[in-house]
Amino acid sequence: MTPEQIAKTLQDKFGQAIAEACVEGLHPHVVVSADRWHEVAVFLRDDEHMKFDWLRAISGVDRMEDGQLEAVYDLHATQPSAEPGGLWGERHGFAVTVKVPRDNPHVASVADVWPTAEWHEREAYDLLGIVFDGNPDTVTDHDGTHPRRILCPDDWVGHPLRKDYQFPEEYQGIPGWAGDDRPLDKKK
Amino acid sequence: MSEIELQGQPDVLIDVDAESSADMVTEELLINMGPQHPSTHGVLRLLLRTDGELVLEVTPHIGYLHRCAEKIGESLTPKQYVPYTDRLDYLSAMNNNLTYALAIEALAGIEVPERATYLRMIMAELNRIASHLVTFGCFGMDLGAWTAFLYSFREREHIMDLFESTCGARLTYSYITVGGVTHDLPDNFIERLREFLDYFDPKLPEYDGLLSNNHIFVRRTANVAPVTGEQAIAWGLSGPILRACGPKWDLRKVSPYCFYDRVEFDVPVGEGRMGTVGDSWDRYIIRMLEMRQSVRILRQLIDQLPDGDVMAKVPRTLKLPPGEIYMETENPRGQLGFYVETDGSPIPYRVKAKGPSFCNLSIMHEICRGILIADIPAILGSIDVVMGEVDR
Repeated sequence: MTPEQIAKTLQDKFGQAIAEACVEGLHPHVVVSADRWHEVAVFLRDDEHMKFDWLRAISGVDRMEDGQLEAVYDLHATQPSAEPGGLWGERHGFAVTVKVPRDNPHVASVADVWPTAEWHEREAYDLLGIVFDGNPDTVTDHDGTHPRRILCPDDWVGHPLRKDYQFPEEYQGIPGWAGDDRPLDKKK
Repeated sequence: MSEIELQGQPDVLIDVDAESSADMVTEELLINMGPQHPSTHGVLRLLLRTDGELVLEVTPHIGYLHRCAEKIGESLTPKQYVPYTDRLDYLSAMNNNLTYALAIEALAGIEVPERATYLRMIMAELNRIASHLVTFGCFGMDLGAWTAFLYSFREREHIMDLFESTCGARLTYSYITVGGVTHDLPDNFIERLREFLDYFDPKLPEYDGLLSNNHIFVRRTANVAPVTGEQAIAWGLSGPILRACGPKWDLRKVSPYCFYDRVEFDVPVGEGRMGTVGDSWDRYIIRMLEMRQSVRILRQLIDQLPDGDVMAKVPRTLKLPPGEIYMETENPRGQLGFYVETDGSPIPYRVKAKGPSFCNLSIMHEICRGILIADIPAILGSIDVVMGEVDR
């Protein structure tokens, strides 16, 4: 299916849940509202015309000026060969963007739809603070209930890829580097 | 009551809940494998829940090598960022450079000269051989076969010398950059490459005698942690590990970038020759077969190599028009993806790198149940992660 057809099918099926469709350009995608995303994901995987069986990546993006965080899901649909042992092809590729408010960023986890999402979601939480509700590896601490951090230590404060992130002055007693103010230089 | 079947030995059932008899008391024990462990290929910590020799659960803990590669991508111009892509999967730096360069060129609408594209492909395939050689050598060493490592590094040295004569670096090349490649080939490069291919071709059967068909090696890897094709796609596995499970999927064939549509090569897939389709041995042998295909591609590239420029006219300060792209290429370890978003300034708004090893490692938790502790190096070696691109 072409990106236009995929976007059209989704708009016909989900109506208002598809807020926006950008099928031109290098990265055709639709914007899906966060509360319907899980439903759309199941449809994208199971519908016989869609069959998006492969989640390639989840890229979090901080849109500070709009007060929003985005999770960009890039999807492949594979086309197994007709005869055994033949070369596989790509049925089609597409992307879905889910926008959530920066101050309350909650999206449903799709780790039950594509198991690979588990680690991608943990990474997007760790680096951007998007909370994926229902992720299989979830912890509860002073930040609330959220996916377990994956790249930063469990006790790290803040989300480093947010555009307004302040580098901590110290971590576990180790002096850090914040802007031009270097704690190590000051001691001289 | 629950029983765990020992993988590869369906007749052995281990009763996990059975009351321990007085003469053999076992209890669950948590063991850290790593972060400093020779067979974890870098700083990876695996938390093992064990019952005696039996592994009940494996939880990978990553991030020890996290160095904010994506944040750096948002602070530097694309040309400045190329050296940082070297350090993702540092065993196949050429391929990483290529993916990022392709993404930026697509965004900026840069046409790369034909010769430059051929040079990129030559370097990418050479780097694929070099990377698979490391996998081959280290996998053998993980399982106690020291000789394979010496042989593979002897051959790899020739490739490193070829790279060094081209761009001066032996590991982190930054040779493929936005617009083309940094230098043309040195004088006798093609002759030396031809010599290397003639030398390397007959070495491959030697490796099969040394490791692939080695009885101990086969017993250690066959039937260990098999993955099915559906499982592999659901977990986002890519590269040799995906092909070992059956799917004949290779981005160089599926959506050819560069000039991969101008060369002939086969895509080897796992057949379960020594055991089950998609087991550790299959994951290993795919790499040995892929090296043969890379040699085949290289021979065709040498014959087709045209004359001409190696660098497009790229302004010193490259303005990137607003847009976004997700670009993937077939790296030695799988599909490396770059999500790049630009807002009209010379510096990208967002750079996200998806390393294939990141996804490939995530399946460890799923497949490492009911195995022996000694199987873990075999599984990890066959998955062959590079922590540089897992932690970024």
